[in-house]
Amino acid sequence: MGLLYQIFIDPFVQMGTAPDLFVQTLWEGIVGGMLYALIALGFVLIFKASGVFNFAQGIMVVFAALTLVGLYNAGVPAFLALGLTIAVMFGLAYAVERAVLRPLVNQPDIILFMATFGLTYFLIGVGEFVFGGDPKVMITDQLFLPKGAVTYKALGGIISVQKLDVAATVIASIMVAGLAVFFSKTRIGRALRAVADSHAAALSVGISLEQIWVIVWFAAGLVALVTGIFWGARSDVSFALDVIALKALPVLILGGLTSIPGAIVGGLIIGIGEKMWEFYWGPLIGGGTDAWFAYVIALVFLLFKPQGLFGEKIIERV
Amino acid sequence: MRAPSGPDVAVGDVLLAVENVSLSFGGVKAVNDVSFDIRKGEIRAIIGPNGAGKTSMLNIINGFYQPQQGRITFKGEVRSKMRPHEAATGGIARTFQNVALFRGMTALDNIMAGRTLKMRRNFFWQILRYGPAMHEEVAHRRRAEEIIDFLKIQEIRRVPVGRLPYGLQKRVELGRALAMEPELLLLDEPMAGMNLEEKEDMSRFVLDANDYYGTTIALIEHDMGVVMDLSDRVVVLDHGIKIADGAPAEVKSNQAVIDAYLGVAH
Repeated sequence: MGLLYQIFIDPFVQMGTAPDLFVQTLWEGIVGGMLYALIALGFVLIFKASGVFNFAQGIMVVFAALTLVGLYNAGVPAFLALGLTIAVMFGLAYAVERAVLRPLVNQPDIILFMATFGLTYFLIGVGEFVFGGDPKVMITDQLFLPKGAVTYKALGGIISVQKLDVAATVIASIMVAGLAVFFSKTRIGRALRAVADSHAAALSVGISLEQIWVIVWFAAGLVALVTGIFWGARSDVSFALDVIALKALPVLILGGLTSIPGAIVGGLIIGIGEKMWEFYWGPLIGGGTDAWFAYVIALVFLLFKPQGLFGEKIIERV
Repeated sequence: MRAPSGPDVAVGDVLLAVENVSLSFGGVKAVNDVSFDIRKGEIRAIIGPNGAGKTSMLNIINGFYQPQQGRITFKGEVRSKMRPHEAATGGIARTFQNVALFRGMTALDNIMAGRTLKMRRNFFWQILRYGPAMHEEVAHRRRAEEIIDFLKIQEIRRVPVGRLPYGLQKRVELGRALAMEPELLLLDEPMAGMNLEEKEDMSRFVLDANDYYGTTIALIEHDMGVVMDLSDRVVVLDHGIKIADGAPAEVKSNQAVIDAYLGVAH
C-alpha cells in the first residue's frame, strides 16, 4: 500500500502543496523540450525532402557551434563569425548535395543512410583537425545573448528563470513557426513535399531535386547552428554534445518522422515528461531516470502508434 | 474519330525529332537506332508489344534516360540528350505508366505542383504570403481550377490522391501535366487498367486537350481501338527497333506489325 501511495498519490500531492517547484520543473522541461524539438526538426526537414534519415544531424549541431566559436577564437568578430558560420553551413549543404546525394540518387534509402554515417565521421575529423578537440566556451556574451537569472516570488516560493533559456525558447519558437509556414504554404514547400512523394514525378513537372536538397540541408544546418548555440551555452562546445542528438530519436518516434508540428509537440512531451518523471518519481528508484525515460516512451509509441502522433497515415490500397 | 489518311495529315512543323537513337542497359538494347518525328498539333501514338522499348523512348524524350547514340531535335534545337529539367522548362510534360502522383497531397495541390515552373516570385514574398506572391498564387489557382473543371474532378479536389480510385488518379495525373501548359504531352498508357467507360472518358479528354489547348500529344497505348480512333500517325516498335511508321490504317495492315503482335516463327 505504501508503495502504491508513493507512486500514484504522493507525487500529485507534492505538485499541489508546492506549486512553485512544480512550475519550476515544468519550465525546465519546456526549455529542454524546445531544444530537443530543434534537433528533431533538423531530422524532419531532411527526411521529408529526401527520405534520408540523416545520422549526421547531431554532428552538424556540434560542427556549427564549433565553427562559430573556433572562428571567434581565431580573432574574427562575433557577428562576422556568425555570418561566416551560416556561409559554412550553406557550403556544407551544397557540398553534401554535390558529393553525396547526387551520385547516389535512386539508390535504396539504406545506402543514403549509410552515406550520412560517412558524413558524420568526416565532420568530426574536419572539426577536430581545424578547431581542435578540446571543449570550448560558447560566445554568448559576444552575441548579446542575455545571461543571469530572474527570480519571481510566486506561488508561495521562488521561481528562477534563466534569461538565456527564455531567449532560447523565443528564438526556437520563431524559427519553428517560420519554417512551418515556409514549408506548408510556399511553392518551395509544395515542391519539397512533391520530392518526398515521388522523385520521378517531381522531375517531370520541372522541380529541381538539386535545388530542393540544397535548401533543406541548409535549413537543417541553420537549425543545427541555433541548437548548437543554445546547447553549447548550457554546457560547453565539444563533440560530447553529439549524444543529445540521440534524444531526438524518441522525439521523432513520438512526433512522426515527417511532421514539423510533430517534432515540436514530441520534443515538449519528452522534455517535460523527462523532468517531471525525474523530479517526482525518480527518487523512488534512485534517480538518474532521464537517461532512459525518453526511450521507454518511444518504445510504448512504437508498439501502439508506430507512425507517431502526426506522422502521415500510410495509405495502402489493396 | 479522325479520318484515316496519309502521314501528310499532320498539321504543323516538326516539333520534336529523334534520329538514330540507341539506348542499351548492359547488353540489352532497349532502343536500337530509332528515328521518328512528332509534328505540331498532332496526336502521335507509339505502339508495340511488351518490351518493345516504348516507355524507354518516352524516358529518352523527357530526359530520364540518356541515350548512348543519336540526337534529339526539340523546337529546332539539336542535342544528344535531354535533361529532365530542360525537358520540363522546354514544355514537355508527361504522365507515367504506373501513376506517379504526390500521394500525400490533395488533387488540387498535385495540379498546383504542375504550375511550379510558372511561379517565379521570390521566397521572401512567399513567406509573407503578401503582395505579388499572393497575387500570383491566386492567378495560378484560377488556372488550376480551369483544369479541374475541364477534367470534371471538382468534387475530389480536396481529397489526398492516395485515396482515389485508379481511374481518377490517372485523371489527376493528366491534370498535373496539363497544368504545365505543355507544348508536348507524353502519355504513357493513359488508359491502362480502365474499363470501357473510363477509357471513353479519357479518350475524350485527350482529344479535347489536343483540340482545345492545341497540345501536341505522344501516347503509348495497348488498346488498338483507342489508338486507331485517337491518333493521326502511329510509330510501331518491336524489340527496340522501329518496324513501321504511318497513318493508323496503313500500320494496321502492315505485315511486319501483324507478325510482331501475333508472333511468327523466325
